[in-house]
Amino acid sequence: MSEAVNQDGLTPPVEPKSKKMRFLVPLAIFVVLAGFLYRGLFLNPREVPSPLVNKPAPQFTLAQLAQPDQSFGPEQMKGQVWLLNVWASWCVACRQEHPLLVELSKRKAVPIIGLNYKDKPDAAAGWLVQLGNPYDLSVKDLDGRVGIEYGVYGVPETFLIDKAGVIRYKQIGPVTEEVWTKKMLPLIEELRRS
Amino acid sequence: MKRLLALLLAALLPLGALAADATPTDLDPVAAKRAVDLAAQLRCLVCQNQTIAESNAELAVDLRRQVNEQIKAGKSDREIVDFMVARYGDFVLYKPPFNVTTVLLWLGPALLAIIAIVVFARTVRARNRAIVQRPLTDAERAEAERLLAQVSREQR
Repeated sequence: MSEAVNQDGLTPPVEPKSKKMRFLVPLAIFVVLAGFLYRGLFLNPREVPSPLVNKPAPQFTLAQLAQPDQSFGPEQMKGQVWLLNVWASWCVACRQEHPLLVELSKRKAVPIIGLNYKDKPDAAAGWLVQLGNPYDLSVKDLDGRVGIEYGVYGVPETFLIDKAGVIRYKQIGPVTEEVWTKKMLPLIEELRRS
Repeated sequence: MKRLLALLLAALLPLGALAADATPTDLDPVAAKRAVDLAAQLRCLVCQNQTIAESNAELAVDLRRQVNEQIKAGKSDREIVDFMVARYGDFVLYKPPFNVTTVLLWLGPALLAIIAIVVFARTVRARNRAIVQRPLTDAERAEAERLLAQVSREQR
């Protein structure tokens, strides 16, 4: 008769192994959970991966902001690597990224086409006069239909489109210096070589 | 008094209009119900914990318009949902689809339940095995008989 069994013979012996497990299992679960939660602290729930990356940029024909009698469509940029920047004069975060876009256009880093999203043309034109115009041209998406085609849900958004007209990268929210130097510029250089 | 009540009720009327906000008025009742049902399945990406039926964000308004137009154009529910997923990704669906990335999400709870049942069953069985059957010693038998006799005496 083992010592661990109580006198009444009813209480099972506690094996040393399960005693250790009793502490190790909850500890392991805690560590895994804490790991996931810690990672979650640095994720942005607003950044939803776009299903449009590596898909052809949706076609559209829209009137230009500066010359309403002229239209523009993405097919006119075939053979170039370019940015489609979704902006609006009512968008606060657009102001934040604007100086960088102006700087990029001064350096002639990459052609930038503006998609003026659900804006009043007068307000949009005034905004460009006041803050500078980094766009090769802007088109007017007055009712936001082209925005829906591009899955736009938070302005500003920027699409990097390759020579064949395929979307290669989507930036949700302002393009920052860091995003530009670490992600967009290397990708643009790579896409230009191919 | 009656007039006051009528006035109060009249003041509440705009609330009724709010409740019917998502219902498109230019569709026949069947199509309107489809539009509302579809809108209730689609997430508003601006205010992520609301459907486009509930949200008043501009994008939700635009997407509801898109749903209504596609219903009018004779598209099926499947086609309309696919249209949204192609542009906004699976996240636009309030009920996530079953695929490789969501396996854990869908099967996780069942998996945890199975693990819990297995652990429980094994613990119970181990406990049963650990109950040792052994004959009573003479002293224990005498004690048991004494107690039983005492009980039957008290019952009389």
